Amino acid sequence: MNPLPIHQSGSTRPHVATQEHPLAQVLLIAVAMLFAAVFLLLPLLNVFSQAFSAGWRHYAREVTSPDTVAAIRLTLLVAVIAVPLNTVFGLLAAWTIARFEFRGKALILTLIDMPFAISPVVSGLMLVLLFGTQGVLGGWLQERGWKVVFAPPGMVLATMLVTLPFVARELIPAMQAQGSEQEQAALTLGASGWQTFWRVTLPSVKWGLLYGVILCNARAMGEFGAVSVVSGHITGETDTLPLRVDKLYHEFDPAAPFAVASLLTLLALVTLALKTWLEWREDRDLKRTLAPDEPIAGESRTIGGGEVPPA
Amino acid sequence: MSIQLQNVSKLFGGVSAVHHVSFQVKEGELVALLGPSGCGKTTVLRMIAGLEQPTEGAIFVRGRRVNDIPVQKRNIGFVFQAYALFRHMTVRENIAFGLKVKKWRRADREVRVADLVRLLKLEGLEHRYPHQLSGGQRQRVAIARALAPKPDVLLLDEPFAAVDARIRQELREWLVHLQHDLGVTMLFVTHDQEEAMEIADRIVIFSRGHIEQIASPREVYENPATEFVARFIGVMNVLEAEAHQGVARRGELEFPAPGVPDGARVRVGFRPYGVRVSPDPAALRYRGVIQHTFFLGLMMRVEIELISGLLVRARLTKEDYSRLGLAEGMEVSFEIRQYRILAGEDAPLEPEMNVL
Amino acid sequence: MAERRFNPLPGFGLTLGFTVCYLSLVLALPLAALALRCLEISWGEFWKLAFNARALAAYRLTFGASFVAASINAIFGTLLAWVLARYEFPGRRFIDALVDFPFALPTAVAGLTLASLFSSEGWLGRWLVPRGIEGAYSVLGVVIALTFVGLPFSVRTLQPVLASLDRGVEEAAATLGAGRWRTVTQIIAPALAPAVLTGFTLSFARAIGEYGSIVFISGNVPFETEIAPMLIVMRLEAYDYTGAVALAVVLMIISFVLLASINGLERWARRFEET
Repeated sequence: MNPLPIHQSGSTRPHVATQEHPLAQVLLIAVAMLFAAVFLLLPLLNVFSQAFSAGWRHYAREVTSPDTVAAIRLTLLVAVIAVPLNTVFGLLAAWTIARFEFRGKALILTLIDMPFAISPVVSGLMLVLLFGTQGVLGGWLQERGWKVVFAPPGMVLATMLVTLPFVARELIPAMQAQGSEQEQAALTLGASGWQTFWRVTLPSVKWGLLYGVILCNARAMGEFGAVSVVSGHITGETDTLPLRVDKLYHEFDPAAPFAVASLLTLLALVTLALKTWLEWREDRDLKRTLAPDEPIAGESRTIGGGEVPPA
Repeated sequence: MSIQLQNVSKLFGGVSAVHHVSFQVKEGELVALLGPSGCGKTTVLRMIAGLEQPTEGAIFVRGRRVNDIPVQKRNIGFVFQAYALFRHMTVRENIAFGLKVKKWRRADREVRVADLVRLLKLEGLEHRYPHQLSGGQRQRVAIARALAPKPDVLLLDEPFAAVDARIRQELREWLVHLQHDLGVTMLFVTHDQEEAMEIADRIVIFSRGHIEQIASPREVYENPATEFVARFIGVMNVLEAEAHQGVARRGELEFPAPGVPDGARVRVGFRPYGVRVSPDPAALRYRGVIQHTFFLGLMMRVEIELISGLLVRARLTKEDYSRLGLAEGMEVSFEIRQYRILAGEDAPLEPEMNVL
Repeated sequence: MAERRFNPLPGFGLTLGFTVCYLSLVLALPLAALALRCLEISWGEFWKLAFNARALAAYRLTFGASFVAASINAIFGTLLAWVLARYEFPGRRFIDALVDFPFALPTAVAGLTLASLFSSEGWLGRWLVPRGIEGAYSVLGVVIALTFVGLPFSVRTLQPVLASLDRGVEEAAATLGAGRWRTVTQIIAPALAPAVLTGFTLSFARAIGEYGSIVFISGNVPFETEIAPMLIVMRLEAYDYTGAVALAVVLMIISFVLLASINGLERWARRFEET
């Protein structure tokens, strides 16, 4: 199950015999666009409209306030740790799953898919049960004075849990579709496993990899439920940007949460733009223009073009 | 001895894909592994390369036992059926890959790549990517890449399967010339018997995991060792006949079969070139009507239908065909000058019988 | 002698080992903690905590609203996918790219902006609320947020299937005299049905676990607009770990069943395809 398959925009070459009545088409488009407007466009525009509803200065002040800056720092910190770790995991897991046959593969795939099935709140709960003061490891951690829950480490772990599948689930089908022939060829040319992985495998799945990393990052920075449960909501210390939005929402300034939300929305738009660009690049790479077979250039030792000369 | 297989077997989950195979390839030879799909020939090739492990038996390359040597260290060149070029690298980078792995110095690498580009006629294409090349060009890049690190042997898996028929002929001849120029031992897998016959020094014929015959193309054609080989190579007329008093009969056709017990059913085979045709319906032993003529370039294949409905294929040169004034729909007579009693697929073949 | 499939590619042991370790640490251990805690609860207590009136109301809302939202997405998402795949019109590429917006946007922001949009001062709320349609702080709000969150799943599941539909089949139907309506309902719809079903299930599964956006838009009134994940958080904040665990386990079991059926559905959907 792919979280969001890479898609190609449908071809709209005219098929005369199989088109709906033009009036029907217009109607369908109108309804679809209405739906899209209500559920996609308006919410997007509304964020910015509300963010600036109290004026530019107010916006700027909110966005640069020390608490917001601290939230930005924590969000970035969490992402900078969680995303690379999950990327490395994704690469190694994809190599194991896409290139080898073994028992227990189905179990591992199910485990990787699990964060999609578990509500983020439950993920947070699991971590609290494990690392919280009353939890399984709680006593052991307290002895050492290590704080995991209600502190950044817990939030990093929560984010790692929730975004675990993203890179792996992009790479596995990509590597399976490629087949292992290029890697086998590299082996016959003397390359070691490591060289093969670096020089042959990675470059051939680079778009899928980047795509997965971008999605993983978007989710990591935007995660709310799991992080909320684990964070303890200590302003300035354990608030990420989404949590800050929540906190501001419960205060009296109506524009403030939107100001912070606008930062996250910009992040979402950048993610979308990158995703679209990546899809375009991958489309381009996939287009194979097969030139017609040409006779071997230069001096040919056969007479004529390979036809049997008349007896 | 460049390559040697001793009693090599391969089981895939209880199914025997390769069964006690032994053969040798001399230095500088061009040998074909020939057989129908699924006969195990590709598995044998991959075992020599190290991409599969034999269940039993030993493989030697240049006298060195390679069973336990991983594929990276075997120094063999392998050309995959679908070429397996590195899609994100240019032609030059593909060819240079094996050299980089072996840590050749840059200057030496450039010289070697340039040599191969020239040899494989890839000038002007060095900076293209695989998806910008034609099928034939990709294949030459795959060969150049495999040859670059100076392998002991070159293995090719159905090298011409993916190429346009028109170009196939030219590429085959070109491969033979290349091999003679370089003197590299080459072993290739194919299911196309014409291909194997045309370019191989020797052919190893496989059927269902074991070897039917190893011989030169001429030998294999003229003296097939088993019925399988006789039917696989070239065209053959085959019919079921019943023996009575030392003669096997089917419809109008009779074949002396000494030593065959009465009532036994045998199969008789004869090559189209062993059939002699005459425009005079009374001149030769059997009569029939030419149903169809196939134009094969230098030769013509003629399908003759007898009254009993049997269809016999004969072959003549174009000149003979015209000289005799043959045409479709014409009544002719013919005789069968050479035939064989076929004894069953894997059993050795009776020698060809000549009718005087 | 047991026969192991030989693979010339190296690195199996190493990568498998790392994968298993990582999964254990990040995923399996927390799961085990949950399971352990759950086992400490007596059956009777579990039943009471997991199925008391407030919990039941929360399930009803969670599953009910998710079902409605997934249905809306199945219908309109299919329509949107069709329109994007088959017609050319200004803004098509833009909307196409925008379909992933709910996927990329943090759920908290989604809830925030939707609540504001449908509140009495919002762009849509200002003429919906006077007509009695309360999109914010209501059950309808929950449905709206869940629709938003699940939208990309139904559209993106359907698009590749639409793109790979063989137009020749439709043309064949036309040559046999079928009108457009018949072609759409009898030829195209059955081909799309599995993908629609898969998209529905994906949106449904996504909606059940949704938390961030609902927190902002539902008002969280117990027994009325409180979803199951919210109840878990309430219990956690009251240090009622046992109560939270019971609820979480029920949610998880249902989600796993859904996940398994999604995989099964996808395989069933492919049954007519060539391998």
